[in-house]
Amino acid sequence: MADTLRELLSEEELIGFYEQMVLCREFEESCAEQYSKGHITGFLHLYSGQEAVAVGCTAGLQQKDYILSAYRDHAQAIVRGADPKKVMAELFGKATGLCKGKGGSMHLFAPQLNFMGGYAIVGGQFPIAVGLAWGGQLLEEDRVTACFFGDGSMNQGTFHESLNWARLWDLPVLFICENNFYGIGTEVHRASAQAALHRRTCGYDIPSEKVDGMDVIAMYQATKRAAEWVRERQRPYFIEAVTYRFRGHSMSDPAKYRSSSETDVWKSRDPIINLSRRLLEEGIATQERLDEITKRCLARVEESVRFAEESPWPEDAEVWEDIYV
Amino acid sequence: MSEMTYRDAINQALKEEMRRDKTVVTYGEDVALYEGAFKVTRGLLSEFGELRVRDCPISENTIVGVAVGAAMAGVRPVAELMTVNFALLAMDQIVNHMAKVRYMFGGQTTVPMVIRMPGGGGSQLGAQHSQSLESYFMHCPGMLVAYPATPADAKGLLKSSIRDDNPVIFLEHELLYNSKGEVPEDPEFLVPFGQAAVMTEGDQVTLVGYGRMAILALQAAQQLEKEGVSCEVIDLRTLAPLDMDTVLASVKKTGRAMVIEECWKSAGLGGDIASRIYEGCFDTLLAPVRRVSGLDVPMPYSRKIEKLCIPQVDGIVQGVRDLLNEPY
Repeated sequence: MADTLRELLSEEELIGFYEQMVLCREFEESCAEQYSKGHITGFLHLYSGQEAVAVGCTAGLQQKDYILSAYRDHAQAIVRGADPKKVMAELFGKATGLCKGKGGSMHLFAPQLNFMGGYAIVGGQFPIAVGLAWGGQLLEEDRVTACFFGDGSMNQGTFHESLNWARLWDLPVLFICENNFYGIGTEVHRASAQAALHRRTCGYDIPSEKVDGMDVIAMYQATKRAAEWVRERQRPYFIEAVTYRFRGHSMSDPAKYRSSSETDVWKSRDPIINLSRRLLEEGIATQERLDEITKRCLARVEESVRFAEESPWPEDAEVWEDIYV
Repeated sequence: MSEMTYRDAINQALKEEMRRDKTVVTYGEDVALYEGAFKVTRGLLSEFGELRVRDCPISENTIVGVAVGAAMAGVRPVAELMTVNFALLAMDQIVNHMAKVRYMFGGQTTVPMVIRMPGGGGSQLGAQHSQSLESYFMHCPGMLVAYPATPADAKGLLKSSIRDDNPVIFLEHELLYNSKGEVPEDPEFLVPFGQAAVMTEGDQVTLVGYGRMAILALQAAQQLEKEGVSCEVIDLRTLAPLDMDTVLASVKKTGRAMVIEECWKSAGLGGDIASRIYEGCFDTLLAPVRRVSGLDVPMPYSRKIEKLCIPQVDGIVQGVRDLLNEPY
């Protein structure tokens, strides 16, 4: 890349990206620990390795823009502004959780931040994203709806129905595929006849591009450009973010379907290490400053665990609340 | 009051609510330009324009999901699925999304949407276009289910559905579209959810129906009256919530009950209602609760045998006679 970071973004923004990625990583690693202790139960899908996507994309959007995600949603919610304490409490199933302990890891939701949910049926969020975009358009709210999804979901019917619909009705949806190469254990070329995923949108006349999902700056730039394109033209756009999850699909997956050499290659491209190297090389931050950031993030995560531990369980009567208005 | 068809009553409800509230929108397959496969949406496109009345692709799962998203965004969509049979393609969005988002997100959102679905059997449309799937929808918490029998209820219930902040499955019977009845003209005429209607009073047998089955029950009661048998006919009007209070009060009075369901008998709603009657009226029952149900078969095409599969007035009449002769 020819540009230096300073030419692209302010020091504050760059440091902010770094801090958000570290916070997400530390949060996820803490979740793994809490899961092994039995404090977090059920399904737990961690985002470690993919941080550049959530952080870069969110920065490229406006706060009024809607964000939807699949079930690997902790980082998406936190980067959007959800309080890590409430997210951790939700994972613990506590009454103080983001969704009162009723959603859990896969169903985070923060409408005041325009974070419109984590959905756990693969591909279930596509039609909802289209509907949110339509609703926002009808109400003249000038929002872009950013719909995140994994590579595996592109083989669901809803993907095709929703892309067709979004282009047919010309709705402001930014589709962002987080291609981490595996739908649980099935590698992308074993599930998709066209493994170059971004090329699959041509049948719906939706422009697309492939972006390095391990590079937060690239993700930010691509999203900002795409989001403004979508906003201006009121038409859908598609980004394939090429990324990698460092852990298995969920906590119960030892990821034996991929080699350690493959994982090592991707870990050498760790988005956090990548950015820190550039920050240091360009003299934007010192190692001390980066260490301080890590310490601060660790403290926030520890605080969120403490908050979750000390929080009360939901009352029994809560079972019957929120089914109907 | 004015006399109109069930079809026109639904059409009028849509028009009134769209005039009243600019956030009410409607869409579906062939809803706008073609004015609906059953012509229920006649005149909507010309009055409200193509932003609020839209045709969409044949993508049932996405039809429902788009409504979920639009409702979360703050508009009030009324989506039409061309027939209830196609709702099976949309069960993921109906059951996993529409009925769940409020609860799993801790009550932080509402989903004020309606899905209209014509359905029911009796038009010789074969196994894939003649189903009665009301029990499927009743089974799932998180959504309301309406199934009007009369033009007045069709209008009043649809208006209530559109104004309700909960998601609503609105079932319409294809064979009732041309049926006529008196309908209030008051634009504030609403029929509340969870209130069954006593269509006719009686003291020997309680007949419980919904949708077209309520109409058949009423016709059976009129026939039985000539034989000196007094039936009380209850139209449930909404299946979720279910107004068991009205049913139980009636059965306590009559001591005998029959549930008429168009759906298949196995795991059909009649079994659920019967069990609730046993729980609530065990001491006062004079005979076991009877069910007249759709046969547990895929619907055949030929009219000679199709009618064997759907409850008929004669079957209800004979069932009531048997019920009264039941040794206690």
